[in-house]
Amino acid sequence: MSAAAPSLELKPKLAPKTKLRLDPKSGKYILLYPEKGLLLNPTGAAILKLCDGQQPLSAIISALAAEFQSDPELLRVEVLGFVQGLLDRGLLQAAP
Amino acid sequence: MTTEDRLYTLIAELTYLCPLRCVYCSNPTNLAAHPDRLSTADWLRVFAQAAELGALQLNLSGGEPLLRRDLEELVAGAHALDFYSNLITSGLPLTRERLVRLKDAGLSSVQVSLQDSIASESDRIAGRTSFEQKLEVARWVKELDLPLTLNVVLHRQNLGRIAEIIALAESLNVDRLELANTQYLAWALENRGALLPSQAELDSARVVAKAAKERLKGKIEVLFVLPDYYSDRPKACMSGWGKRYLLVTPDGLALPCHLAHTLPGLQFDNVQERSLDEIWHHSAAFAAFRGEAWMPEPCKSCERREIDFGGCRCQAFHLTGNAANTDPACGLSPQHALISDARAAAQEPQLIPLGLRYREIRR
Repeated sequence: MSAAAPSLELKPKLAPKTKLRLDPKSGKYILLYPEKGLLLNPTGAAILKLCDGQQPLSAIISALAAEFQSDPELLRVEVLGFVQGLLDRGLLQAAP
Repeated sequence: MTTEDRLYTLIAELTYLCPLRCVYCSNPTNLAAHPDRLSTADWLRVFAQAAELGALQLNLSGGEPLLRRDLEELVAGAHALDFYSNLITSGLPLTRERLVRLKDAGLSSVQVSLQDSIASESDRIAGRTSFEQKLEVARWVKELDLPLTLNVVLHRQNLGRIAEIIALAESLNVDRLELANTQYLAWALENRGALLPSQAELDSARVVAKAAKERLKGKIEVLFVLPDYYSDRPKACMSGWGKRYLLVTPDGLALPCHLAHTLPGLQFDNVQERSLDEIWHHSAAFAAFRGEAWMPEPCKSCERREIDFGGCRCQAFHLTGNAANTDPACGLSPQHALISDARAAAQEPQLIPLGLRYREIRR
């Protein structure tokens, strides 16, 4: 198990094998990859839309804190956990 | 049907024709009864109807989908509908130029099959010289920046080389490695004696696969699919009958799974006569094994009935003669001896591998 959390400097981007799109039936965003899909809650969708390989996690967390008007510390824990999970599954990558 | 029955994936079996003759092919054994009958326009209509029903994933499969000369048009049609399209191929016959055209048409990813890590063994299982071409195709896929899945079907004649198979996948820089133990239906059932591994062979391979999965985390997604002959509980086949998947055969039958048209007594509709919406919501054959009303004991009162849905209807029929029986792969099935006897026989060493029956057109 990787207990490591990603660095706040890391610039995540969606892996080439993924496709993020709206699922018209559920009204939710879904991250598609070979044979599977990950249905996202609004926070997850908002995180992934910001994972463009340009901005570091610190900036993504600030942007989300403003958008959702939530506690930055709680949000930081949620974002880092979510991003690490997707890095482990190869659905997100670290941009150089 | 319940509101949870939601189509996510359309499997388009564009043709049953294939240059390979794999001994575990999942196509039905009466291939000739299902010739290619759908036009380009038919398939594009089916794709649009599937998208309308909610499908997000499209598997372009077969047989060998590359044998359809209109594959580029079909991929472009899928792209226009915003599908995640996955080409499931043997890699034959293909040129780099055609792969470029498929990518330009909007193909999302490619799955190439490989039969073993050694050319002679891979070609023997495939029934045709194909190993080098497959590796070449895998390299083209990566060069063109398309996501690549390598699929290797496992059995007792290649399980011992699982480490070499994983090393080969790493050297090809695949994105995803499917190590799927043979599902013993259709051609594979005919070859079961030669293919079913022993417990020891399976356990050793499982350890190697598990270590690779951990080591390659974040780089290669490694899947190891256990054979249900060794799992004591059945697989949730297709995530449940008519729940997530719909498959269309080369002659236009709309099915809940790859072999449903081999089950007697079920009348499957043809996409040339009814829309997918009508079929999904109103076809009697799709309703036949949805929910729990059809279940016999021990499924009916089993706490796992919403986890595995009673297993595979085709395995139930092909082994017990009745599709409505509990899948005999389940240790609770009164007919589990059909599985455990085969498993017991597989513990015997095979000093000389048994002969193989190749996929062929039987008239």
